[in-house]
Amino acid sequence: MAHGPKPGFSRWLYTTNHKDIGSMYLWFSFTMFLLGGCMALVIRAELFEPGLQIVQPEFFNQMTTMHGLIMVFGAVMPAFVGLANWMIPMMIGAPDMALPRMNNWSFWILPFAFAMLASTLFMDGGAPNFGWTFYAPLSTEYAPPSTTFFIFSIHIMGASSIMGAINIIATILNMRAPGMTLMKMPLFVWTWLITAYLLIAVMPVLAGVVTMMLMDIHFGTSFFSAAGGGDPVLFQHVFWFFGHPEVYIMILPAFGIISAIIPTFARKPLFGYSSMVYATASIAFLSFIVWAHHMFTVGMPVAGELFFMYATMLIAVPTGVKVFNWVTTMFRGSMTFETPMLFAIAFVILFTIGGFSGLMLAIAPADFQYHDTYFVVAHFHYVLVPGAIFSITAGVYYWLPKWTGNMYNETMGKVHFWLAFIGLNVTFFPMHFVGLAGMPRRIPDYSLQFADFNQIASMGAFLFGAAQIVFLFNVIRTVMGGKKATDEVWDNPEGLEWTVPSPAPYHTFSTPPAVR
Amino acid sequence: MLKGFDRLFALLATSLPAYSAFAEVEGAERWGVNMTQGVTEVSRTTYDLHMLIFWICVAIGVVVFGVMFYSMWRHRKSKGYRAAQFHESTAVELVWTIIPTLILVLMAIPATKTLYDIYDTGEADLDIMVTGYQWKWKYDYLGSDVSFFSNLSTPRSQVDNQLPKGENYLLEVDEPLVVPVGKKIRFLFTANDVIHSWWVPDLAVKKDAIPGFINDSWTRIDKPGIYRGQCAELCGKDHGFMPIVVKAVPQQEYDTWLAERAAQAAKMRELTEKTFDFDELFAMGEKVYNRNCAACHQPNGQGVPGTFPAIAGSQVATGPLEKHMSMVVNGSPRNPAMQAFGPQLSEVDIAAVITYQRNAFGNDMGDTVQPVDILNFKNKQ
Repeated sequence: MAHGPKPGFSRWLYTTNHKDIGSMYLWFSFTMFLLGGCMALVIRAELFEPGLQIVQPEFFNQMTTMHGLIMVFGAVMPAFVGLANWMIPMMIGAPDMALPRMNNWSFWILPFAFAMLASTLFMDGGAPNFGWTFYAPLSTEYAPPSTTFFIFSIHIMGASSIMGAINIIATILNMRAPGMTLMKMPLFVWTWLITAYLLIAVMPVLAGVVTMMLMDIHFGTSFFSAAGGGDPVLFQHVFWFFGHPEVYIMILPAFGIISAIIPTFARKPLFGYSSMVYATASIAFLSFIVWAHHMFTVGMPVAGELFFMYATMLIAVPTGVKVFNWVTTMFRGSMTFETPMLFAIAFVILFTIGGFSGLMLAIAPADFQYHDTYFVVAHFHYVLVPGAIFSITAGVYYWLPKWTGNMYNETMGKVHFWLAFIGLNVTFFPMHFVGLAGMPRRIPDYSLQFADFNQIASMGAFLFGAAQIVFLFNVIRTVMGGKKATDEVWDNPEGLEWTVPSPAPYHTFSTPPAVR
Repeated sequence: MLKGFDRLFALLATSLPAYSAFAEVEGAERWGVNMTQGVTEVSRTTYDLHMLIFWICVAIGVVVFGVMFYSMWRHRKSKGYRAAQFHESTAVELVWTIIPTLILVLMAIPATKTLYDIYDTGEADLDIMVTGYQWKWKYDYLGSDVSFFSNLSTPRSQVDNQLPKGENYLLEVDEPLVVPVGKKIRFLFTANDVIHSWWVPDLAVKKDAIPGFINDSWTRIDKPGIYRGQCAELCGKDHGFMPIVVKAVPQQEYDTWLAERAAQAAKMRELTEKTFDFDELFAMGEKVYNRNCAACHQPNGQGVPGTFPAIAGSQVATGPLEKHMSMVVNGSPRNPAMQAFGPQLSEVDIAAVITYQRNAFGNDMGDTVQPVDILNFKNKQ
């Protein structure tokens, strides 16, 4: 392996190497995670007490909007693409991604998209302030001028995601080592394959809806304006037809990561591999026919409400299968609790709690009381933070020794875990209570009976934020040096990535490995 | 069980140092952890449904987490436990596919029943049109002359932490919606600008108010009382500041109230004919301004640079009267955030507020506008 990386900055600018691009995706994602996190802390600081203390309502709305957009499109999605770039070729025995130059491009347009999105904060009239769901006509007729920049940056992010997805599908379908049949692929590869199809199906829909907004704002159309014969509810239908599969785009790869980690630390093969694959496919299919459960209060006919209620409840079945399979994998294993395993176990517990509140929200008549309250905020943070963020964190700890050749500091990892775990629950659990007691979401100030739990939630948020500093420090230390990792790193883990040296050489599998 | 939760939290609450800013809110209201049972049949059914699903989830959670914690305790390497190697069982997979499906069917049955009940808006005794505006509600009692706006009445100084906050901070309005108890009330929802959502937890009514469309819902309130709610759909800057207050009263009291309001409406029409002097108009105008204009243009008339234009020294307020009247009555042709106040305010209020804007904030135009001028302006166009 004489061929190594170029020296200097041009290595990163011109690279077509899946490992380099994977690392750039991960660092970019972590930067966005900190930026979006700071915005969340502005929100929590304002909500520490009733009254307006730190920010005014205009800016508060910009913070909630930008926090959502940055976390969804800037933190979670690029992190999964980064993990896919690093791991998929190594897991299927391929030398690189199928389309390496497109890979470079799909990463490098992202910083521009987010620089543009963030720059709206400094524009006249401020950043987008209509929530990350940008419902029309608040986001069209009543929107700040910066909305046009927001639309352009969404287009770029969509292009990046679609290119990433095409690349992943092409890689998985064409570049598997001989003998690596579809039903032998690791679950992370499977879940990403299905996720990539979801991305290709729905990112154009998002592009369509923001283009319709652009037309309404600048070119005199009335897609979403009733005065011109349009329909504001149409916006919500189109948006959520993208939005609900998007939710699974952010969780299916997480299922893959957890399905890799639990068997390793339980020292027992994953229970029900094929049922995991079928459950993932079922969830992906169902994700296309449940979108209007986000819209139970818009005044759909009762038949529509019933259809979306039943279809949504059905998702509990394949999701339940997954949780039961993970628990059964742990059952009668021989478990140890290193940092990746701690995050994976917390994932299973907390994601299940988020699933429970999701089931409650599926019940349309009860949803009339939950809709647009903090109960919803609690629900989706319980599935996204312990779901997406914890699984990404678990994946980073799990594969970091393979990437760097060094072991991370286990004590610091555990400190990170416990701070994050406690911080997360202190932040988001009380939100169930204030939501049920009647606090609407997206308000900068609230009535007095919600004060106590909000104060607790704000304290938890700062603890959770502090935990990430420990993570950053631990990762940097591991990249710089530390105890050398063995090639296997863990106790007899499964997968081709553990057959290459640690750190993984710049080019792996130049000749395909033998797959048993 | 939930009573137990409440007590636990009450205990926690007393053990924490009390913070004086909101020490006046006491007891069950603070540390509330659950949905209200409300004051209608629908709200109680909804609550029961919510609790049913909650306990089903708790039961499933106990089993799943129970098995998980048991194996985390027993099946650890440090205890020398040797891993089994089983990894497949079609029978087990079938069992945990079929049982959850059955549980879901059991949950769907009462949910479907309740949903049909909520959707049955026929044969109402009373129809009320609810219109969402940025950032207030308008109520029209259909079939009568009575129609009014309902604005937040919490003073700005409480929001800005200059005065201590009152008991119903942010949940109080100048004009509550008054309705009779025991009658089936049908609400028709729409909006004037963006999408709002009318929500009163005690009635278990939450429905989006969508510009250009009409939604409906209904309620029948069991007992007299004051029930508070808030807008539940992000509708712009003051989304958090447009509460809903419903005052449910016995039928007789409601009839008296409605008659009074109808008489007031008639009197308002008479006032349009009257000529006011400058001081009267200026004083009335200040009140109208603070209720309707100050949220955007600010109490000092300076606006918010880049978002909301200033009144002080503005071309409209110091320019020709005709343009000023058109701006207030018809709204801005370029910026939808400046609403048409013609249909929202009485002629008296519009005349007063224009007089105020032309003479306050150092504008000093010295002119007055009479209600009849507004009426003539409206009739001319």
